[in-house]
Amino acid sequence: MAKTVTDVICPFCGTLCDDLEVQVSDDGTKILEVYNACAIGAEKFLHSQAKDRITRPRMQQEDGSYKEVSYDDAVEYTAQMLAKAKKPLMYGWSSTSCEAQSVGHELAEAVGGVVDNTATVCHGSSLIAIQDVGIPSCTLGEVKNRADLVVFWGCNPSHAHPRHLSRYSIFPRGFFTGKGHKGRKMIVVDPRNTDTMKMADVGLQLEQGRDYELLSALRVAFRGEDLPDVVAGIPKERIYEAAEMMKNARFGVIFFGMGVTQSLGKNHNIDIAIMVTKDLNEFTKFSIIAMRGHYNVTGSGAVLGWQFGFPFATDLSRGFARYNPGETTSNDLLRRDECDAVFVLGSDPGAHFPISSVKKIAHLPSVAVDPHITPTTEISKLHVPVAFVGVEVGGCCYRMDNVPIESRKVVEPPEGMMTDTDFLARVRDRVVELKAQAPVGTQSTAEAQGA
Amino acid sequence: MAEAISLNLISGRTIQQGVAMEGGKEKPAYTEACGIIELDPADFKALGVYRNTNVLVTSDYGSVVVKAIEATQGPHPGLAYIPMGPWANAVVNPNTYGMGMPTFKGTPIQVSIATNEPVLSSVALVQKLVKE
Repeated sequence: MAKTVTDVICPFCGTLCDDLEVQVSDDGTKILEVYNACAIGAEKFLHSQAKDRITRPRMQQEDGSYKEVSYDDAVEYTAQMLAKAKKPLMYGWSSTSCEAQSVGHELAEAVGGVVDNTATVCHGSSLIAIQDVGIPSCTLGEVKNRADLVVFWGCNPSHAHPRHLSRYSIFPRGFFTGKGHKGRKMIVVDPRNTDTMKMADVGLQLEQGRDYELLSALRVAFRGEDLPDVVAGIPKERIYEAAEMMKNARFGVIFFGMGVTQSLGKNHNIDIAIMVTKDLNEFTKFSIIAMRGHYNVTGSGAVLGWQFGFPFATDLSRGFARYNPGETTSNDLLRRDECDAVFVLGSDPGAHFPISSVKKIAHLPSVAVDPHITPTTEISKLHVPVAFVGVEVGGCCYRMDNVPIESRKVVEPPEGMMTDTDFLARVRDRVVELKAQAPVGTQSTAEAQGA
Repeated sequence: MAEAISLNLISGRTIQQGVAMEGGKEKPAYTEACGIIELDPADFKALGVYRNTNVLVTSDYGSVVVKAIEATQGPHPGLAYIPMGPWANAVVNPNTYGMGMPTFKGTPIQVSIATNEPVLSSVALVQKLVKE
């Protein structure tokens, strides 16, 4: 007999589905089957069971190979590295719980690090724009219950947030949306004819990187002014058509993704998307929501926000919190050689940063805390495997609409494996010890010893 | 048929990329999911190459060998797509222009035939590139 755990939270994307059911063996050590998840979520649960999983820390050797070390050694190495560094970059934080993030921030304060999360290569542009112009937003529950017009701009949820359409935005029947997808209109804007666009009532396949022009053209169209014949590769008739649809909605919502945040214009693309939303509120009710990627990148922004006042790229090296995207963001710090150690937790910059930044990580003292083997762990000096949050340990996570949801533990981690929180707490305590030993005016005993 | 064709590169998620990533980035499935470039049929014709041929992608910022496949979410002539991952990041524009975000989308690239060059695994590729 196997038992079934219900209402499991999926720790993959920002949709944070909370209706998974996981069948586990009676002794609670093995996941047998995952129900209701998308292909990616199911794979995440099942991969945690892989036979070849790394369960102990590994230290890089001279020849580039890795040798197993104890968690005690890993804590000591990490604490020494961080205590010795003048300005360590502490990056990631999006694939872990808010509890771990909070302990990580204590550690960052103790060592004077720069805390940056994956928003720096994802929705950092959006966060800057939100600080510039505000954001009229709502929760996904409101979208499900009220929205009759949904715009996907530069995002492809069919691939990146596979259950977004069925749980919240297009298909579900809500309180005021009893007809489900038949009562909703869908507009998709993307340079490719994506699988999401193929389902849309109106698909606008714009020229890549011309989002600002097209958003600007919509604002012109809302006001009934003249447009050039073609804007961003889209004939003006189609822009007027889309503008009318948006104005005539009862409750509209714009979801936007990397197509706008990573194309030239970046935060300004989001500025104007938010201004489009503001304009539409002259005619009807309209909201805008960022399609957050990692399941708890929103939580990282929230925890950083309430602790230090900034959502990412928070520099604590001067003893107080500073925030200056372009200076305190990971890729700028790395490319300008402005950090002297790298600590990664719950992210994979080795795969997802431009290679010029990855090169810098490879040549710095570096620790990667990650349950998986990743390109980051394979270039770091130390790899610390930990239990999977949301699978083997619970913790608070924030959905893309800023709704906190408590994730659940489904199975036991392999014997003797540490969690993110435990590891961070031990490193923090060791760093405090090292700093206390250091005579006034010196960095630490670790440095004095040449560690 | 041309020696090399000039295209505009974007990257992003695919469901295969997501599944393969969670299944293990060191595994061959990840290379199959992300060590590819999606080209429009018109661009295959311009380059004069069959589907599933390895090609060399070069930009001002680096180069990488990937397998050319036909666009799965096209048509998009002139636009090339490499799923998010180390292969795309070997050639993307890393400049943040002072606001923190590298320019992951919209990198001008050259694509040329590299039939006999292998597509490296994610770990091998990154380990090789960081030594260069």
